[in-house]
Formats: sequence, structure tokens, C-alpha cells
Amino acid sequence: MPARLVFCLLILVYTPLLHAHKASDSYLTLKVAGDRIEGRWDIALRDLDYALGLDSDDNGEITWGEVRSRRAAVFGYALSRLNLSGGNPPCPLQAGDYLIDSHTDGAYAVLLFTAVCGAELSTIGVDYSLLFDLDPQHRGLLRIEYGQATHTAVLSPTHHNQPIELADVKPGAALLQYLREGVWHIWLGYDHILFLLSLLFPAVLIRQERSWRPAEQFRPVLLEVVKIVTAFTVAHSLTLSLATLGVIELPSRWVESAIAASVVLAALNNVYPLISKKLWLVAFGFGLIHGLGFANVLKDLGLPNNLLVLALLAFNLGVEAGQLAIVSVFLPAAFFLRRSWGYRQLLVHAGSVLIVFVALIWFAERAMNTQLVDWESLFK
Amino acid sequence: MKRKLVAAISAILPLHLALAAPYRPDHDAQVLERLPAVSGPANRELRALRQQLAANPGRTELALDLAERYLARGKAEADPRYYGYAEGLLKAWPKTPEPPPKVLLLGALIKQHRHDFDGALQDLDTLLRRQPDNAQGWLTRAVILLVQARYPDALQSCAPLIELDDALLAGTCLAEVNSLMGQARKSYDFLQETLADQAEAGAEQRQWTLTVLADIAARLGKPLEAEKHFSEAIRIDYPNVYLFGAYADFLLDQHQPQKVLTLLQDKSRIDALFLRSVQAKQQLGSNDLAQATHELEARFAASRMRGENLHQGDEARFTLHLLNKPEDALRLAKANWQAQREPKDARILLEAAWAAQDAEAAKPVLDLLSASGMEHPQLRQLAAEIRQLR
Repeated sequence: MPARLVFCLLILVYTPLLHAHKASDSYLTLKVAGDRIEGRWDIALRDLDYALGLDSDDNGEITWGEVRSRRAAVFGYALSRLNLSGGNPPCPLQAGDYLIDSHTDGAYAVLLFTAVCGAELSTIGVDYSLLFDLDPQHRGLLRIEYGQATHTAVLSPTHHNQPIELADVKPGAALLQYLREGVWHIWLGYDHILFLLSLLFPAVLIRQERSWRPAEQFRPVLLEVVKIVTAFTVAHSLTLSLATLGVIELPSRWVESAIAASVVLAALNNVYPLISKKLWLVAFGFGLIHGLGFANVLKDLGLPNNLLVLALLAFNLGVEAGQLAIVSVFLPAAFFLRRSWGYRQLLVHAGSVLIVFVALIWFAERAMNTQLVDWESLFK
Repeated sequence: MKRKLVAAISAILPLHLALAAPYRPDHDAQVLERLPAVSGPANRELRALRQQLAANPGRTELALDLAERYLARGKAEADPRYYGYAEGLLKAWPKTPEPPPKVLLLGALIKQHRHDFDGALQDLDTLLRRQPDNAQGWLTRAVILLVQARYPDALQSCAPLIELDDALLAGTCLAEVNSLMGQARKSYDFLQETLADQAEAGAEQRQWTLTVLADIAARLGKPLEAEKHFSEAIRIDYPNVYLFGAYADFLLDQHQPQKVLTLLQDKSRIDALFLRSVQAKQQLGSNDLAQATHELEARFAASRMRGENLHQGDEARFTLHLLNKPEDALRLAKANWQAQREPKDARILLEAAWAAQDAEAAKPVLDLLSASGMEHPQLRQLAAEIRQLR
């Protein structure tokens, strides 16, 4: 189960035994569809009492009777401090149901309302001034739900008027962003590229009697590459998903060190081959670790709750696309060059030795949490 | 899918936590909310004053009086809403180039509460230029500088108090700062003598002095003396959230969780104190630990939602010790250190840095320890362990 989702639900459904002291907040949710806005506004009874004096018998207890009898006053007070508009003229607000709910700091009145704006909404202006005159520390926690997307904002005395472009909260743009991040991550994350290349170097060669010979036909080569890439993909997609959804969690330092170690071992295997068959199994095993590394990147980017699964999918697809691009450049070139001395000695042998060295330094840096080489200036 | 999820969650949650969808109560008599301590004389006075002010909106001295009382309640109950009310009253004050001293002082207290320390210091400097004998101004200034670990500056802010005829106030201020600058033993003896000489001091002042004595004794590793001062301070019936928190921390270090729970019995409304109760439950291995942890997590989430970061130090403690997430805790402890640099802030930063095995992150505290000469065996032990990491 997605841990974040559960956590958010827990916050929403959790009725604490003891109420906390908290600064004043209201929770304003607007569901937009077509020209209509369905609103739900949770305002603390304690705040309404401070503004309107709900406790009519002055005994320190607010009862449902006291709240219910002030329905018109509460709606009048609140709705006059909220202005919604779809263009210029404000959308008239229509009071609806009047209920009670609990938050961490006590009981809240729930005001349901509808706004009909007359024309299809592409932007909403929210002008909010509840309680700011009495308590400048009050905040309106705004949440706009539009199709599959949500947009949140904190409304304060200095930011009380927020125009929100509904086009911006369309999910498409956000997903494209995650796709792009996935591609860039595989291209800029040299450790993943070097691991994959180390496994692919010998794919165009055949190991016979302790030496490399060029493969004769393209088909078995292609098959081998597809196997390795697929195994790597399946494995890292698996752990990427599990880690993003919070099912598994490992310290990033451990993961990053293990990724560096996997590069060392994969490249070392080209110099002193121990495994020359079923490399796809190696790709699968280490792919599990690389997936955890991708998850850390995704965590840093942050995931939108409402698009959690889609964003994860988009990021993963981006990683695969970036990986496919590398393979589709590498494979024809390697196949073309496979007979040359340069490919076997220079690229596979010397190249792998170089990769081992670089990855060893990475490993040492990550495991000891220090910097041995100034990589940035090296590449400038 | 959603329904299944909700069903799954309600199965996990304890029975009394029925799914809370908005509802319509059954009876008019159903009590939905209890207003804070409304029966107390302080709150009744507040209501009466507010009604008076509503009848005479132009009476500015009434508004200031009410704002000051709200701040006092806010401090006593650690209830941020009162700070908001006070700010609302002050905001109505006409903007003049030279606001009255009281407006400056109350404004500074509000800014201090929301960690706008630079803004508060600015107000206090303006105030003290005009009223160099404003003891509360100098004291507030010293406290802020102490929180920022600017010890020499804080000492300079205590100094004018010596002239102002309250020896215990001045002595406590000086002893507190000096005790963090390598003079802990001397300050401790000096403050004990001063307290003995000032038998006529007010209850609030005595309580503060005893708290400072207890803090110093606890830092120096003298648990018996710390316990003596703490329990004497707590017997003075004056609400003081700082004292309760410091005493609870001391008891947690002494592995006396049961005493913590008794001390904080009716204080769970206050997040900082609730955290300490939850840590006590953790030491005891209580059955309701998971539930209490969830509740605290929800509270931190609620204050994050409003974009607030006033409790990052406590949140770091919670994240490290109860959620066991060292890297997240370190991020919070580092952010907290940007604003607050008291010994307890130093401690959580060191603990989180150690847990995350990140020696670099601990550097600011290591620097402060060596620059200040602070005597604090517990922190120095942690610091020494972190130096081994490199």
C-alpha cells in the first residue's frame, strides 16, 4: 500500500484523543468541474467562537445546539470573506450543508457550498480574508482539485489573493516533467551507464578457451543484449516502485556504495571473466540495487500525491527511454567494431580496467562519505 | 480501490478512532469543543476586556493591555492562537514613526515567538535607545541572543540589568550566559548565593532562577542537585512550559519515564511536552506507543501544512528517536540550527549527525563547543565520538 497515501488518509481520518495547541488554520477545498465549483471549508469552532461568540451560555463548552443555531451567521461571516472568480465577475456562493469534523486541534464546522461561474473555468481567482483582521497568524490551507490534478497553496495576509491557472495543474505537464527527469538521470548518472556498458561490452564477443572471439551472427548478439537490458529493467523497476511506495527503505549511503561496487564487479568480470554466461542474471541482481538508487532521485524530486503511480510510471519510462537510446547507439557500433583489435583490447580490456578504477574511487568516496576526486572540475 | 483502502485502514486503527467523515451531531446538547480553561479567572478577565474594547474601539491603552494579557496566556499555555490575537490587536495600532515603547516590546515578543529573531532584535534596539531602563527589553534581548548562541552579545545585554535594581534578575541573566562560556561552576555557586540572599524575590523570578540552576547542574552532571532545583521550581505553581520541558528532558536522561508521564499528565495539548511523554512511553515500552507516535506525526504534518517550521528541533528528535530516520532527522536538525542554537539544539544536531554518520554536518556544533568553552560533558562525549568518524 502506498505509504504516503496511507499517511495522508491517516491525517484526514485521525481523530485524536487529545487536542493539540496549534496556530489557527482553515482547510478550504475547491473541486472544479466545468463552470461549477464545489467547496468544502473547515473552520475551527474555537476560531468561530473568537470571531462570533458561539458559546452563548458562556459555560466554556460549545454544543451542537449553539453551533446549529448560528448557521446563518457562520455562513454569512465566512462566505463574505471569500471571493471566487473565474474571470472578472465574482462567482456567487451558495451555502450548502453544515456539518462537524475533527482535526488535530479540535472540532471544526464544515461549510459546504457551491459556486456557479457561468462560463467554463480556465483560471480561478481566490481572494481570502477570513480571520486575518483578528489573527494575522491565521492561514487558509487551499486545495484545488481539478480533474486528476490538485494544486495547494497557503493563504496568508500577504498572500491572500491567488489566481490559479487550471491549465498549470493539468497532469500532462507534470508527467512529461517526470519522464524528462528519468531520461536525464540515466544520461547524467554515469554509474548506471558504466554498469550497463560493462555488461554489454562482451555481448558482441564469444568467450572461448580463455580468450574473446567476435560473434559471427547478429541475432544471438541482439538476443543477449535484449536479455540483459530486460533483466536490468525488470529488476530496477521493481525496487524503484517498492522503494518509492515506501515498502522498502535502505540508507542512501549503503545503496550508493553498493551501486559503485556493482560497477566495479561488472567491469572486473570483463578483465578476469568469472561469469561469461547468463549475464542477464547479474544484470537482474544488481538491477535491484540500481532501482533503489533511482528511487532516491525520485524522492528528492518529490512526488505529487494525486499522481503518485502515474509519476512513478513516467519516471520509469524516462529511465527506460534513456537506456534504450544508449543501447541503440552502442550495439550497432560494437557489432561493427567487434573484429578489431581496438575493440577487444582497448575498449573491452583497457576500458574495463579504467571503469574499475573510477568505480573503486566512487565506492571509497561513498562508503566513507568523503570526496577523493573533484569530479566537477575534472569535467570542466 | 479507494473503498478497499479505507476499509484496510479502519481495520488497522484502534476501535475508538472511527473513520471521521464530516457528520451531523445527533443531539443539540452534544458538546463539540471545550474552550481553553475558560473557568479560570484569567480567561474571564480576557473576555470582559475584549467586550469593553468592542464597546470602545478607540481606547488604545485597553487594546495594549489586552494584547499583553494574550501574550502572557500564550506563553503560559504554549498556545499559538493567543500570539495571533495579540498580533491582531497590535496591527490595529496606527503606523507612526515612533510607536510607544509598549507596542515595540509586545511586537518584539510576537516576532520572537515566530522566530523572526532579527526583526525582534531590531524592535528591541529601537525600544532600548528610547528607554534604556526597560528591564524586560534588555532581558528579552539577552534571551534571543542566547538562543542564537551569541554569548558575548547576550552578556552585554544582561549587564544593564545590574543597574536596574533587581539583583536576582541580573544575576540569573549573567549566570545563565556565563555558564555556557566555560564558567559553569562559578556561575552556579554565584547564582545559589544570590538566590539565598534574595528571599523576598517574586515567585516567577524564583522559578526562573531555580530552572537555570537546575539546567546548569544537569549540564555539569550533578543529577541530585538538578533534581532538587527542578522539583523546587515545579512546586512554585506558575505555568512555565520551558521548565516542564527541561525537567522532562532531565528525567528522560535519568531513565525515569514514569516520573515524566506523571509530570506531563495533563500537558499533552502542547506538542513539545507531548513529544517528551511519547519518549517516556518509548522507554517504558508502553502499549499505546504506536498510537501516540501516530498522533504526534499528524500534529507535525498539520503544522508543516501551514508552511511553518517553528518546531524543527522537536521534529528532528521525533524523527530520529521515534521514527528512526537519521537522514531526515539530520535535515531537520540542520535547518533548526539555522534559527536556534541552544544546548538542546546542539544535542539533537550531534545525535542526528552521529546516527547518519555525517561528521561534516556536526561541524557548526563542534566549532561552537570549542569557541565557547562550554562545559557539557554529554555534548563533548558525543562530539568526541563524531570526530572519530572522520
